[in-house]
Amino acid sequence: MLEHIELFFKSIFIDNMVFATFLGMCSYLAVSKKVTTAVGLGAAVIFVLAVTVPLNWILDQYLLRDGALAWLGPEYADYNLSFLSFILFIATIATMVQLVEIVVEKFSPSLYNSLGIFLPLIAVNCAILGGSLFMQSRDIQTLGLAFNYGLSSGIGWFLAILAIAAIREKIRYSNVPAPLRGLGITFIITGLMAIGFMSFGGMLTGGDEAAPQEEVVAVAPTQDMSGLTIDAAQQDTTQKENETVQEDSPASDNQINE
Amino acid sequence: MGILSKKDAALILDPLADNNPITIQVLGICSALAITAELEASIVMAVSVLFVMGMGNVVISLMRNIIPSKIRIIVQLVVVATLVIVVDQVLKAFAYELSKTLSVFVGLIITNCIIMGRFEAFALANGPKRSFLDGIGNAAGYGFILIVIGFFRELLGSGTLLGIKVLGDPIEKTGLYAFGYENNGFMLLSPMALIVVGLIIWVQRSRNPALIEEN
Repeated sequence: MLEHIELFFKSIFIDNMVFATFLGMCSYLAVSKKVTTAVGLGAAVIFVLAVTVPLNWILDQYLLRDGALAWLGPEYADYNLSFLSFILFIATIATMVQLVEIVVEKFSPSLYNSLGIFLPLIAVNCAILGGSLFMQSRDIQTLGLAFNYGLSSGIGWFLAILAIAAIREKIRYSNVPAPLRGLGITFIITGLMAIGFMSFGGMLTGGDEAAPQEEVVAVAPTQDMSGLTIDAAQQDTTQKENETVQEDSPASDNQINE
Repeated sequence: MGILSKKDAALILDPLADNNPITIQVLGICSALAITAELEASIVMAVSVLFVMGMGNVVISLMRNIIPSKIRIIVQLVVVATLVIVVDQVLKAFAYELSKTLSVFVGLIITNCIIMGRFEAFALANGPKRSFLDGIGNAAGYGFILIVIGFFRELLGSGTLLGIKVLGDPIEKTGLYAFGYENNGFMLLSPMALIVVGLIIWVQRSRNPALIEEN
């Protein structure tokens, strides 16, 4: 359970799709002029990511990775089809998007009207394929975690596009230098937001498997308050060493963002 | 430009400046930002995209009359994915370390909006030769920005270019470091990529006021 919660917050804040890995930037920049359209696209991204990441996890687990075909029989155990992952993942995504579009149109015309125009766009949104590829390269263990990863990455993307759309609506009334108007200032704002999001880097320190449950609760708020940069992880380790010398300090290495 | 007519030459030259895919058309941003902390990775990415775009545009352009328009997105994705697999396997075979650095971003060339954008906007309506030139031109415009970002981020961030210490040695205090210069490690972090692109846009639009957007 704890790992689910950890992955959830990690994917939303620390490994935020937009601010940490720059996925889905094209639609992020193109569709963030108004909050309402941004919400529509964001919702569609959450939905499609939550569907395609688990699907591609199944494909990866039982078809693509090294030795994945062992369930067919011992003679297939040596096959490694992972070079096919790009084409299979993108085919799954394109098909799912098409399917989702048809189903939504049939059963909920009102939702279709609000999502409708964005769904085809999503097939070529790097956030979707990126979600599946990161799922593969980060070696996510179970189907549940894969679903969790897809959902929370989608929520992270949603938050990012909502925030920038709101800022862009306001900045229209500001006096931006002419050459920066529109695209330029959006880039710079996104950069500043990314710096802000970097401060979440220390958020999960202390919630590791080594620490008992009460300690997690006790430690977490102070860190959130301090709201420091990635160094929070290191500070925390030193703090802990001062307090309890005999106890192993929770591993700080895997918390620091790569 | 004896071989190319004026119109054809414009196909290559326009995307390099006034119709740049990154700063004007806003296509293909993701990879432009994620892998530009080092110049070498930027160059490899630029070359990969050049290959995929040139070839992809030709293939799509040759097939443009037989692709049913309803499933064209899937057809385009399959063509790009095939080309990207070739690039990925070549990189893994000949530059394994680098392919580790680029990680998933090679795969993300598939969904690089430049490629789909040019397929939709150009290759589906034009012959193979013009499509090829258009692909090369846009990929070059993209690569140019990528290399500029990579140049500044690596130079200011780690004081090296292509891994060569051009500013002297930070530990032994030679070169510029003898005068108290320090590397700005912040340039290597992801947010700075965004800000560098913002600054490039600023410079470009100050030089050519026709590109300034209405608010």
